[in-house]
Amino acid sequence: MAETKIGTLVTGVIGSDAHIVGNRILSRALEKEGFEVISLGALTPAKEFADAAIETDADAILVSSLYGQGELDCRGFRNLCTEAGLSDILLYVGGYLMIGDQPWEEVERRFLDMGFDRVFPPSTRPDDVIDPLTDDIAARRAAGQ
Amino acid sequence: MPFALLIDFGSTYTKLRAIDMGIAKIVASGQGASTVTTDINDGLDAALNDLKAHLGILPEFDYRLASSSAAGGLRMTTVGLVPDLTAKAARLAALGAGAKVAGTYSFELTSGDIDTIINDAPDILLLSGGTDGGNTKVIEHNAHKLSESALACPVIIAGNRNAADTVADCLSDARKRVIVTENVMPRHLELNIEPAREAIRQVFIEHIVHAKGIDKAQGRFDSVLMPTPAAVLEGAQLLAGGQGGKPGLGPLLVVDIGGATTDVHSICDGLPSESGVIYHGLPEPHAKRTVEGDLGMRHTARHVVLEAGLESFAGDADISTDEVEALLARTDGDVEWLPKSDAERRFDIALARTATRVSVTRHAGTIEAVYTATGPVSVQRGKDLGEVETIIGTGGVLVHNDNPAAILDAALAGDEASLALRPRNAGLTLDDDYILYACGLLRSVAPDVALELGLKALKPLTNHKELGNAATGPQ
Repeated sequence: MAETKIGTLVTGVIGSDAHIVGNRILSRALEKEGFEVISLGALTPAKEFADAAIETDADAILVSSLYGQGELDCRGFRNLCTEAGLSDILLYVGGYLMIGDQPWEEVERRFLDMGFDRVFPPSTRPDDVIDPLTDDIAARRAAGQ
Repeated sequence: MPFALLIDFGSTYTKLRAIDMGIAKIVASGQGASTVTTDINDGLDAALNDLKAHLGILPEFDYRLASSSAAGGLRMTTVGLVPDLTAKAARLAALGAGAKVAGTYSFELTSGDIDTIINDAPDILLLSGGTDGGNTKVIEHNAHKLSESALACPVIIAGNRNAADTVADCLSDARKRVIVTENVMPRHLELNIEPAREAIRQVFIEHIVHAKGIDKAQGRFDSVLMPTPAAVLEGAQLLAGGQGGKPGLGPLLVVDIGGATTDVHSICDGLPSESGVIYHGLPEPHAKRTVEGDLGMRHTARHVVLEAGLESFAGDADISTDEVEALLARTDGDVEWLPKSDAERRFDIALARTATRVSVTRHAGTIEAVYTATGPVSVQRGKDLGEVETIIGTGGVLVHNDNPAAILDAALAGDEASLALRPRNAGLTLDDDYILYACGLLRSVAPDVALELGLKALKPLTNHKELGNAATGPQ
């Protein structure tokens, strides 16, 4: 793997969710930051995130969900990645992950329990993602050597 | 007046077409048995004698070009990483190069896979996996596995360019013949199969032609340019796209129904034809070929009936299910069997219709409605053949049938609820001169003549598209 890359990322909006704008803004910002971004766009089945991550040897998968069905779509996502041989890949999820007014801590806990490494609330800005992502990738790479 | 001799060293016959290039017409055809297992010259002699019988005297040929599907055709094994991504891209490359694909593998090859590959004895193995800068581990593992094996055929490497050196060294150190070319999927969902196709063609010309004993007839032709199915695809591309300002037929589909397999070629972009349709997955090539190894008129007739369902098939053929069973027993035992009674002919037509419908359905992409919070959205995967304007049918059952249109229209989208994006309203034509391979070969030396030859030779079966519009005038 070319060690000069700061990271290869797979992004997309999971499930039957057509809200592409936020995901596109995030992908552009990450590219500008120097990440290699494989942007899968809207309406992406979970399997296609994993497929793309395998071929591109991605460091992280960033899943967006904005239509309230994220919990259903993301259930089993970590297992799917593990089954596909991506056992140590970073998984981030963000967006409007629940319908209604559940406390954020509860929502976050639920997605962390599903195996996501970080969970981002609505109105997260790209900058809020870039720093932890850079650190997490560096840590994973250091641990892998 | 220049003449061209176009040779197809086939699996059963050696076929010849003598073309008068001045008028772009077949002046005679000749045929002999395929004798590649003994001496290819015998079959060629027989075919030339047949040609001479038609012509009286053989003209001096300015071009003598050949394609070959003899001695099992070009057998390939393809290896990739993810089934829907590089493994699919590698398979599309091999099929587009005219190969018979013996096996397609994904992820890490196991010892069992290696045994199967050795047993399949491919002529070429195409090794891919990983985007450029992406996964190197799996292709390196697979190269290592192959290097330890008894694999004797050349290996074309068309995977992650960052792994290419390691992979090539690993295999050449084990005395495998290695050819490195561009990645079949350099970036995620970016299909790049032309370099691999060209590499396959080069290996075919330089090594396979010799290995199959076709070069025993060297000196009697200029060159064997490509496997016959690749020549058919080349011919179809020429007919679709036109040449030198002369328009072609536009988006088209070729259905070639054989005894064991049905080949489908599509020449079209196949992108979503309506706005609001989102394309997902690997883009497919403009010139796409698929081979259905379980759909043929004789060796695989039983599978064809299974596809339709026995009851439904019997209904379509208007015979009893017992009669279907009895006729299948006949076709199993005698692949040369020809129908005689009306019921037998209906059985054959039903076989051909089913093979056509199922092979085109598998070749075509699909469309599916996804219900989002803001309303339904359509997701397309694979090629939309709806825009196809011309369907060219070929193969014995069509050529020898009184009503080939009744078979070929099974390629069109029906009323049944189906996700498959088959042609909606295409004109049907018949290639009863078996001209497509000849067009494909002649294209390399005289594309204008090749186009005219093809357009003249195709027989319109329906009036959807005037073939004469694109040809030089009234036939």
